[in-house]
Amino acid sequence: MAEAHPVGFQWVMEAKKRGAKVIHVDPRFTRTSALADLHVPIRAGADIAFVGGLINYVLTTGKFFREYVINYTNAATILTEDFADTEDLDGVFSGLDREYRLYDMETWRYRGEEVRPAVGERSPEETITRPTPGQLRQIRAAGRGERHGSGGAACHPAADTDETLQHPCCVFQVLKRHYARYTPEMVAEVTGVPEAAFKKVCELITENSGRDRTTAFVYSVGWTHHTIGAQNIRSASILQALLGNVGRPGGGVMALRGHASIQGSTDIPTLFDLLPGYLPMPHVYGNEDLSAYIAAETVQKGFWANTSDYLVSLLKAWWGDAATKDNDFCYGYLPRLTGSHSTFDTVLAQLDGVCTGYLLLGQNPAVGSANARVQRLGMAKLDWLVVRDFSLTESATWWQNGPEIETGEMRTEDLKTEVFFLPAAAHTEKDGSFTNTQRLLQWHHTAVEPAGDARSELWFTYHLGLRIREKLAAASAASAEETAEMDRPVLDLTWDYPVKGPLEEPDAEAVLAEINGWGSDGQPLSTYTQLKDDGSTTCGCWIYCGVYAGAVNQAARRVPGRQQNWIANEWGWAWPANRRVLYNRASADPDGRPWSERKALVWWDGETSRWTGYDVPDFVADRPPDYTPPDGATGVAAITGRDPFIMQADGKAWLFAPAGMVDGPLPTHYEPQESPFANLLYGQQHNPVRQIISRPESLYQPSGNEPGSEVFPYVATTLRLTEHHTAGGMSRFLPYLAELQPAFFCEVSPELAAERSLEHLGWATIVTARSAIEARVMVTERIQPLRVAGRIVHQVGLPWHWGLNGLTTGDAANELTHLSLDPNVHIQEDKAFACDIRPGRRPRGPALRDLVREYQQRAGITPQTGTQP
Amino acid sequence: MTQVENGQPDRAPGREGRGGRRRRRDDALMVPDAKFTSYYGRPVIKEPAWGVPDVPGYLFLGGLAGASSVLAAGAQVSGYGELARVAKVGALGAISLSAVALVHDLGRPERFVNMLRVFKPSSPMSVGSWLLAAYGPVAGAAAVSDLTGILPAAGTAATLGAGLLGPGIATYTAALICDTAVPGWHEAHREMPYLFAGSASCAAAGLGLLTLPPAAARPARTLATLAAPAELVTKRLLLRRLGDIAEPYETGRPGRLLRAAEVLTVGGLAGAVLGRRNRAISALAGASLLAASALTRFGVFEAGLATARDPKYTIIPQRRRRDRRGMN
Amino acid sequence: MSVSTHRGAPFASGPADAGGGLDPAARSGYTDHPPRMGFFTDTSVCIGCKACEVACKEWNAVPEDGLELTGMSYDNTVGLGASTWRHVAFIEQPVVAAASTPAPAAAEGVRWLMASDVCKHCTESACLDVCPTGALFRTEFGTVVVQDDVCNGCGYCVGACPFGVIARREEDGQAHKCTLCYDRLGAGMEPACAKACPTESIQFGPLDELRERAALRVADLRADGQAQAQLYLDDPDDGIGGGGAFFLLLDEPEVYGLPPDPVVTTRDLPNIWKHVGLAAAGLAATGIALGLGRRSR
Repeated sequence: MAEAHPVGFQWVMEAKKRGAKVIHVDPRFTRTSALADLHVPIRAGADIAFVGGLINYVLTTGKFFREYVINYTNAATILTEDFADTEDLDGVFSGLDREYRLYDMETWRYRGEEVRPAVGERSPEETITRPTPGQLRQIRAAGRGERHGSGGAACHPAADTDETLQHPCCVFQVLKRHYARYTPEMVAEVTGVPEAAFKKVCELITENSGRDRTTAFVYSVGWTHHTIGAQNIRSASILQALLGNVGRPGGGVMALRGHASIQGSTDIPTLFDLLPGYLPMPHVYGNEDLSAYIAAETVQKGFWANTSDYLVSLLKAWWGDAATKDNDFCYGYLPRLTGSHSTFDTVLAQLDGVCTGYLLLGQNPAVGSANARVQRLGMAKLDWLVVRDFSLTESATWWQNGPEIETGEMRTEDLKTEVFFLPAAAHTEKDGSFTNTQRLLQWHHTAVEPAGDARSELWFTYHLGLRIREKLAAASAASAEETAEMDRPVLDLTWDYPVKGPLEEPDAEAVLAEINGWGSDGQPLSTYTQLKDDGSTTCGCWIYCGVYAGAVNQAARRVPGRQQNWIANEWGWAWPANRRVLYNRASADPDGRPWSERKALVWWDGETSRWTGYDVPDFVADRPPDYTPPDGATGVAAITGRDPFIMQADGKAWLFAPAGMVDGPLPTHYEPQESPFANLLYGQQHNPVRQIISRPESLYQPSGNEPGSEVFPYVATTLRLTEHHTAGGMSRFLPYLAELQPAFFCEVSPELAAERSLEHLGWATIVTARSAIEARVMVTERIQPLRVAGRIVHQVGLPWHWGLNGLTTGDAANELTHLSLDPNVHIQEDKAFACDIRPGRRPRGPALRDLVREYQQRAGITPQTGTQP
Repeated sequence: MTQVENGQPDRAPGREGRGGRRRRRDDALMVPDAKFTSYYGRPVIKEPAWGVPDVPGYLFLGGLAGASSVLAAGAQVSGYGELARVAKVGALGAISLSAVALVHDLGRPERFVNMLRVFKPSSPMSVGSWLLAAYGPVAGAAAVSDLTGILPAAGTAATLGAGLLGPGIATYTAALICDTAVPGWHEAHREMPYLFAGSASCAAAGLGLLTLPPAAARPARTLATLAAPAELVTKRLLLRRLGDIAEPYETGRPGRLLRAAEVLTVGGLAGAVLGRRNRAISALAGASLLAASALTRFGVFEAGLATARDPKYTIIPQRRRRDRRGMN
Repeated sequence: MSVSTHRGAPFASGPADAGGGLDPAARSGYTDHPPRMGFFTDTSVCIGCKACEVACKEWNAVPEDGLELTGMSYDNTVGLGASTWRHVAFIEQPVVAAASTPAPAAAEGVRWLMASDVCKHCTESACLDVCPTGALFRTEFGTVVVQDDVCNGCGYCVGACPFGVIARREEDGQAHKCTLCYDRLGAGMEPACAKACPTESIQFGPLDELRERAALRVADLRADGQAQAQLYLDDPDDGIGGGGAFFLLLDEPEVYGLPPDPVVTTRDLPNIWKHVGLAAAGLAATGIALGLGRRSR
């Protein structure tokens, strides 16, 4: 965290000053470790084994927060008897279709859901009478996992429970059984974490959880960039739910997001599978019209029950007056998913000649995306490419100086892609917001106008839209009705933001106001509960409703901390409704009293009959703790007074996830796509439903006990340095940053250096089945060899910031990575793979590809290698 | 004020005698097998920015000039007119070259006049700049008057004036280099002025012996016989004072320069004495003494730089001193 | 032309009075000046982010000075100089754990020290003392600043500094160093590095307050088992009269590249002048003796 979020890390230091203990789990000892109380070295990719071990410890020692677990989690819920766990099936769950690489989740349900659910409770899969596996695969491929990530998976709200937690099919027992093999000894063997360190972590987190103390988990891409990335997070959520650390001050599972407003980029998404506010993008199956969509996506309990309010208000924001009840509020204008349309699918479509145009806005896939070479090969097939950035990044110049030009695989004069480079304005040159880890929106103001032709994204998109609409309108007027019909989605958009200044910059606050929404009276709304599905409200993103309440830019508030209480809710604005801690009802016991004075956050005030406290209560404001819904209650009314997890179908935190995760209801240790080790825990080596893309340009290496796996005996992991930023476009070109880390280097332990004759400050070549790169060598004791499965394993650390352009240049680490993705969210696995390393610089020209081919042959690699489910 | 005067720690009682060449005068500087830590072997202080040959060259030339003015005054008063002239011209020449070297060494030569913005006794360079500003014209007047015969009375006054300022010119440069953090110079600050005075005198004497027949250069010979031994003895004392910091004075390139200087000084002294009737030997002796003086300045300069470059010369004595004080 | 007056302790730029070391501005002739301002750099909370290095360069338009991988851990800046006024040092130290821990690696663990170094703005400042042009001067805040329009690049300050801070910049031949953001102080703002530092490792304020705070902090660390935690240059009785910028270190100074017992060279200057005077007198006396002889005809 200190490396990638130094400014945010000041709060960790502040906590430390107040006595908090900081534990850092990482393959390397980094600047975070230097300030931590305990550094736990771990084999990259073994995180579920580690957290699973912690879960097992908590369960076997009984150190979970009992009252919290029974009341606020689904621990007591009884599952269907058809469920088979990894314990029964040697590493997979019931319902696996290996051929289509998907799970049928039928057997993961709560007991009592065997009866076919009534209309309004079906998942998209169920609205088709009998989806073929192919159709099911296309639906699953679309993922839309983020939507479930905010709790809205379809599930029956009233399930059978056993509050004694003894029933063999209750979640608690299933959980216990599932993690029983994750003993401290097993953890040490699989992860390489020394037993003493593991024990210490167990003690620290359990001592520091409960009524009076809380523990927080903080993670970033070290946990998400895996084929089991989403499950990594799930494992921490389970642990935190067991320890009673969710919805409480100083607790939680915090994703560090904020670089380039990445939290905002899923809230108001730049993702193919989501609409703003985590509404799922409609799928061609099951979401044919508005009512089908509402039926499929609405959950019967909790705030997702109001899905139609959110969606219709969104449609009104986009199509304004053109959206009416008669035309389903223009629902038909929304695109439909037919499967996965992730960035990697896009690249494949480019390679296959299907996708012929590409816009890269502040994105540098030639350096930053997995298998950088495939990214460039794809771009070489395009008709046109637009790159908007501050400097000529590698994605703008691959046609001129990319690695394929050097190897001779491409010749500039033969390439047909027309490349446009448009300069972009920096964040100091435009108004806008950032949304960070805490769902906090903070406004930034234009400090200086952009120079020359540089423009903001807002300007670009808006003015591009104006010109496209002009052309379409002209073409429409002159053409046949069908064509005119095809253009309506663009022409009917509300596209009339006010502009200001000599550059005609769209007024970002006007956009914010639209995101916030207004009622039929044109006044800004202040909360999402005001949204309606009758077309009278407009709201560009329901979770952001309230950010412009009272026509005040709440995100621009900057009341200093010293003028507020410790929750400081007048700095910026957090969604939803400025709640700073999500699910904070859980900070009070079932009777509405804080678990302890020390950890009081919100509580029930009997006198005023309202929830109150330091934070905005994340609950129905006037619902008493003893409220029990009447039979047949639905939606918000169905939330009891003791259900803090108001976005979940059953109001509970899910230890077991009956829906929402395509690769299993419980996190399970699988080895990464490429690993020198066989899975010690199960016969199942990999995540059986991970997304695979294997083609000649992107082959996998053998793993574990497969022949040829010894050709790549080292674990490789990519990493960040404080001095550089992501794919380097914002740091390698700046002298003050370039001089701080002026060369691409790899980090190796002294032992690995000795084994492979690597010299400090010398050169090394790192090789995978995709490519070979060269790096300067930094020999350091901050990387320790680990003992895994009875033998020593070495890890190689690779910063991924470098590319061939700029003041400091070097090979890109992503030349080495493969295309195996997390199936829930289509994220690349670049945090754990396997490699070889040798002294000296890499070959130049065609000899580079010869070297890679030689390795592929030696390892016996074919397009089938590594593709087994 | 700190209780421990810089470089002069309390003597450790019951100090074991080591005998031999070096009696330990300053224990802080003597840490034979000390291990020490540094930051990746990087220097702690910065090497002076002064350039070679400009500054060591100036040390030599300035010394030559100042001592020559003294010799010129003495020679003039005692009737050795040719020697006085040679010395005055030599002083003017040397000081002119000095000025060129000094201005050239500045990072902003066009701003050399800024040296006269202030007068700061805390800055040997300030004192020196003012000395030079006074001495230069006076030495120039003395030489010009002698060469042209114009205003002889003024010339004599100038000669005496230059002779009065000369000692300052010849010795202040010791303060210049010793008033730094460079261990090889700073720790030698008690001896360096005498070394410089001696070396300058040898150079001035050498110039006289080189250019004149022995009979006409008698005061120069006298000067040499007084200054050369004094210089040699002073140098020994200086090295002993430095203890382990003397290492670069005795090894490597500076060591070679200084050993050569010593040989040439001894040879020059012998030649001056033995050659008092022999022009050739006397001239050779003069040349030796001049060369020795130059080599001495370059050797001292480079030895100092070496002590700045290697962190051990800064760290070990300071660590010793600090530990002895009991502070930690 | 002005005569630089230095009262009290011979030639020193700072106060000689015991218990002083806190008011060099008064010694330099300022009356009615603001409190002495300085830095307390608490290296125990430094995260090595180098925001201080970048903020300093941006504010002061200091040029980039080297794109060379050094291999000195994460320190590619190497040291303070004319174009580096904040330098973050990185020291990786092996830590040997208790014998009971079985681990394959030779080193049981690592400690990584990080520290942001800066000009010390000494109370008794050698660079200031030796500057012949008066380019270096003491500000009303007690800091030491180079006037860029006066410095003629004589380089004397470079060898005089006991910490190796100030240096001459090749591009313009002049000496440059940290100004403690004199321009920002004048506007009531804190220096750029202090502002940028996310963990308050760099603390800026009145020096006496900083010293009090530092004393408490080091006591806390020691009580917590960090026996090597120490303050450096906080003591007005030390060899430079205490620093306007002082530090909390977690190991000996030389580990960080700092001199263990720095003393301003000016302390010896009276003695130096004395010997110069004697040597000069000796030379003059020799000259007189030479003049007493008479040439035999």
